[in-house]
Amino acid sequence: MKTTEPALAEGTALEARPSARGNVVVQAVKGRPSALVGLVIVAFFVFVAVFGSVLAPYSATQQTGPVYAPPSTEHWLGTDDSGVDVLSELMVGGRTSMIVGFAAAFVAMIVGGGIGLIAGYAGGKTDGALMRVTDYFLVIPDLVLMIVIVTVFGPSRLLVILVIGLLLWTATARIVRSQVKSIRERVYVRRARSLGASHRRIVFQHVLPQVAPLLIATTVLAIAYAIFDESALAFLGVGVPGVSWGNMLEHAFERTAMTQGAWWAFVPPGLAIGLAVIGCYLMGQAIEDALNPRLRVAHLSIKSWRFRGGSAAPVAPEGSAQEPRP
Amino acid sequence: MHRTEYVLKRIAFALMTVFVAITINFLLFHALPGSAVTSALRSPHASPELRATLTHEFGLDKSLFQQYVLYLNQLFFHANMGVSFVDSVPVTATLRTALGNTIPLVFVGTFVAIVVGIVTGLLSAWRRSGVVDKVSTNSAIVFYALPTQFIGMMLILLFGAYLPTSQMRNEVENFFSDQSAWSNLVDIGRHMVLPALCLALTLFGEYTLVVRSSMLETLGEDYVLTARAKGLPQRRIVVAHALRNAMLPIATLVALSLGYIVAGAILVEIVFTWPGIGRAVYSAVLDRDYPMLQGAFLILTLSVVFFNFVADLLYFKLDPRIAQ
Repeated sequence: MKTTEPALAEGTALEARPSARGNVVVQAVKGRPSALVGLVIVAFFVFVAVFGSVLAPYSATQQTGPVYAPPSTEHWLGTDDSGVDVLSELMVGGRTSMIVGFAAAFVAMIVGGGIGLIAGYAGGKTDGALMRVTDYFLVIPDLVLMIVIVTVFGPSRLLVILVIGLLLWTATARIVRSQVKSIRERVYVRRARSLGASHRRIVFQHVLPQVAPLLIATTVLAIAYAIFDESALAFLGVGVPGVSWGNMLEHAFERTAMTQGAWWAFVPPGLAIGLAVIGCYLMGQAIEDALNPRLRVAHLSIKSWRFRGGSAAPVAPEGSAQEPRP
Repeated sequence: MHRTEYVLKRIAFALMTVFVAITINFLLFHALPGSAVTSALRSPHASPELRATLTHEFGLDKSLFQQYVLYLNQLFFHANMGVSFVDSVPVTATLRTALGNTIPLVFVGTFVAIVVGIVTGLLSAWRRSGVVDKVSTNSAIVFYALPTQFIGMMLILLFGAYLPTSQMRNEVENFFSDQSAWSNLVDIGRHMVLPALCLALTLFGEYTLVVRSSMLETLGEDYVLTARAKGLPQRRIVVAHALRNAMLPIATLVALSLGYIVAGAILVEIVFTWPGIGRAVYSAVLDRDYPMLQGAFLILTLSVVFFNFVADLLYFKLDPRIAQ
């Protein structure tokens, strides 16, 4: 994270540019806490995911108390519908959310980054064909397709990761593509080309390093969406089997914890998911803000990302993108 | 001239998408291993005769292409999506009723979200970094980050005492029964309060953020500076000059998101046992009712395609430059 620190500071200063009347330094300091908060949240959850099962006070699957016991000194967050300690479940279940979130985002990064890179760099017909495919993927209501696929094949962790990742890459692809298109025309890339550099060399030496930070920003945002989608799948009973935040919510709902007043059975996992999403969101925003001013892809998370698993898709409509489609 | 060309292009794209969606839908349920019938046939008690009969009945002895043609034929000329595995009722009939229940919920929820989103977004952009801005931006992010089902469960926890009892017991009440039109409407409205509120809460954050950023953009434009230099009152500048131009992305976003909201209402409908299309998806998943799942997926995709198309037209209407 040492490497991103100065970038964040610089970026938040630039982010404030639209109003650029106040002191730039003040703006930078003002804008910085949110990035730090995001980083701390994500780091905390990663820590829990790694060491949660060791640190958990009780078993996350065995009954260790009465059913729906309220929080006490013995069970800090009470027990769930089958007498399992909620805190332990929360600590162990975080691993599922984190693994699915990171792995699915990684899949989306590879696929979306690859397609965006190829489309943007090759241009012409390849670009047209790839973007057409992307357009189709954008129109599919992804949460529903995820549900359909997981239902047909039966839920497993690998399948959930693949399905989420393979339906999450479109935004990355579009953003990377428009980036690559502009980088490709920069003077140093043209010069490298005229000096006889191979495509491979240009892509890996000149283009990729320029796109990489943006790719990381979109990937961090993708983690948030993946965590969200995983919990939605779990709520329909087709999520990753085992202990997870999504399954905790589902169990609490199925056994009507709400009407029994057993709020401790679903508030902790719900807030945990929310916090993890906010953490990724803040971090992604900060990286993006830090990198984008020069590149003019402002607020990509608002214009080109689906908000909420499948519920809305503020994709920049055709023509409003930075560059016209061929 | 450009206009016709643009509209035709969008229509062609929409039709192509529908076709692709139907094909994906077909392949997903027919061609892949673990498809509907193979898993139905996996029952250990199925005799070879039964298998043969079922295979024949489901048309699995025909080639994949023949099945595809049959599927298209039934879909287009008979509006037939098959019958439910569970109750043998045609899927189309069930889904039509379900869609009729989903649409009012989605429109009410979205409408509330838009109003709240525009007001809070406008106020935050107007007084940037002020108290209102901080409160509304932060709550927008928080509500955006919380899972839909969790917001719904919190609403039930907080307001459960005021809920119609059917929703408390977590079962579907047949509230479209024989009643006078008025009391029927009141009944629906009473049931709709919490689900619509839940939907609005999950959506407004996004609208707030978009309205805010798009207002900030227009507030920085030269024509706003000109308006200010002319000495126009602040309110007029914000509403007539900045908001008017900021409406472009907002309107498109709303139209675009409507299609996805229909699909995204799944979680809301499950939490509040709203007998809509999301609930149909849910019970289809529980019962492994593949024809129902397939039909619901197709309808949800079509709704997205349709609203995408509307968004395209709207965008063109608002900003004819995009067709160049």
